[in-house]
Amino acid sequence: MNIDVRKVAMLARIRLTNEEAGDLEPQLSDILSYVNQLQQVDTEGVVETAHPHDAAMPLRADVVTNTNRRERLQDSAPNTESGLYVVPKVIE
Amino acid sequence: MPFSALSELKARLDTGAVSAREIARAALHRIDAHNGTLNAFVHIDHAYIMAQAEASDMHRAKHDARPLEGLPIAVKDIFCTQDGPTTCCSNILRGFHAPYDAYVITRLKEAGAVLLGKTNMDEFAMGSSTETSAFGPCHNPWNIDCIPGGSSGGSASAVAGGLAPAALGTDTGGSIRQPAALCGITGLKPTYGRVSRRGIIAFASSLDQAGPMARTVKDAAMIAAVISGHDPGDATSVANTPGVDWPGACGRTDMKGMKIGKPEEYFVDGMNTKVREAVETALKQCEAMGANIVDISLPHTEYAVAAYYVIAPSEASANLSRYDGVRFGYRCDHPENVLDMYTRSRDEGFGAEVKRRILTGAFALSSGYYDAYYKKAQQVRTLIRRDFLNAFEQVDVIATPTSPVPAFHIGEKTAEPLAMYLSDIFTIAVNLAGLPGISQPCGMAFGLPVGLQWIAPAWREDILLSAASAYELATDWHAKTPADFTAKRTGNAA
Repeated sequence: MNIDVRKVAMLARIRLTNEEAGDLEPQLSDILSYVNQLQQVDTEGVVETAHPHDAAMPLRADVVTNTNRRERLQDSAPNTESGLYVVPKVIE
Repeated sequence: MPFSALSELKARLDTGAVSAREIARAALHRIDAHNGTLNAFVHIDHAYIMAQAEASDMHRAKHDARPLEGLPIAVKDIFCTQDGPTTCCSNILRGFHAPYDAYVITRLKEAGAVLLGKTNMDEFAMGSSTETSAFGPCHNPWNIDCIPGGSSGGSASAVAGGLAPAALGTDTGGSIRQPAALCGITGLKPTYGRVSRRGIIAFASSLDQAGPMARTVKDAAMIAAVISGHDPGDATSVANTPGVDWPGACGRTDMKGMKIGKPEEYFVDGMNTKVREAVETALKQCEAMGANIVDISLPHTEYAVAAYYVIAPSEASANLSRYDGVRFGYRCDHPENVLDMYTRSRDEGFGAEVKRRILTGAFALSSGYYDAYYKKAQQVRTLIRRDFLNAFEQVDVIATPTSPVPAFHIGEKTAEPLAMYLSDIFTIAVNLAGLPGISQPCGMAFGLPVGLQWIAPAWREDILLSAASAYELATDWHAKTPADFTAKRTGNAA
């Protein structure tokens, strides 16, 4: 099983150093070879599990339950200003 | 005192023989003396612990005692707590302080428990050995060169080493039951949907479930009674579930008429012979107590690990996309642009195992592979669930070894991720099927504990507790303590 580690890493937004990519390639191939045994199972007509007890997703009333805690929530952010999250320039 | 059961401490508190402050002080004394060796706790705040104990003593002086009044309980670093750091033992959350308490933390506080600090774990609960923690590996009190199991290894090590009478863990593929087995304690994974996941840092949302780790079955039930129940804040928490008489279920003294299924797929060549012998002996004991042992088959068992290592990483890759260096957690220095910020923050912040799982999941969910991997795994999951439903037509409860091997050496399996994954072979199917499971000590192999796992139908934790407490009453494996941590008397008044 060949896997393009760098392509998958970009999908997951993870930079990989050359060393990491070199380590991961055979490890992921091993894991995927192992999970490929699933192909031996006859699953014709079997419905996939979405919830272990087939419970439906409940809906809640559309009401405000939280008070405004912006400052507390932004305490853990790497960089904020005037209640906004600061990130590198997005639009040139 | 260091190895008193939670129920014994409760009795002594109720008679006034000891105060919550004395118990907390004794626990801190044990932690100060042994945590350097075990690395079971990653965050401890002495003043905060003593303040909670003092508040509990004051509450007791003025009001009726609450269910866990004054009892110290350690919690895995995966539970969000308003007080102190919550890091999931990852560098990407180093320094993170949660803005709210997890639902189960609120329940413990309301029940009067004294939160004893945060315990070590595999980073984001991804591991079976507590070696992937950003705070370094945790050690097994039975042999400090060995792993305590994982991912709730810190909770297991703390209880087994006499640093805490009980702890909370989480179980996605065996992370409560396997470390409980490897450390010689009792660990309960409730039915999926029994305990709210709100405020528990998500790994694989269709599998994660929190539960107690303790010295006795009754102690585990005492905590389960407090933390279980419907929470409208968690959409997967199930409303109107069949209730459990938690203390009542622990009163069983025999096994007359109990039909115990023994699945052939869990007693196989290649598993450790001493582990197998210990579990076979336990089943003979159950037979002597009146149980009928029934040979059963769970034919899709061999595919459980493969299905799990598609489903869990897929859910993890989605859940862990929130760590992007913007709203909380680690951001790399001097990002050149937004993409550089995302990709480098995640590379520098996540450890190797977490990256392996995210990439496995991202691959399984990617265009062109989704049907072959994710959809296929969820279909196999349905077949695994059906195996259990069929088995429970014939038997009341299923008994198996919890782990195919006793605790292995630190470093033994870190170079081979797949070998590590296979150590969860006997616990994973229970999570895929959403069933309750409990592990309790049932023997020793090479000086290390062996665990017996009980599996019951959904919502029938009462059956697990009945079987496990009857077995516990007839044996003394649960009362064994590791010599190196028992001999040193602390000499504390409590």
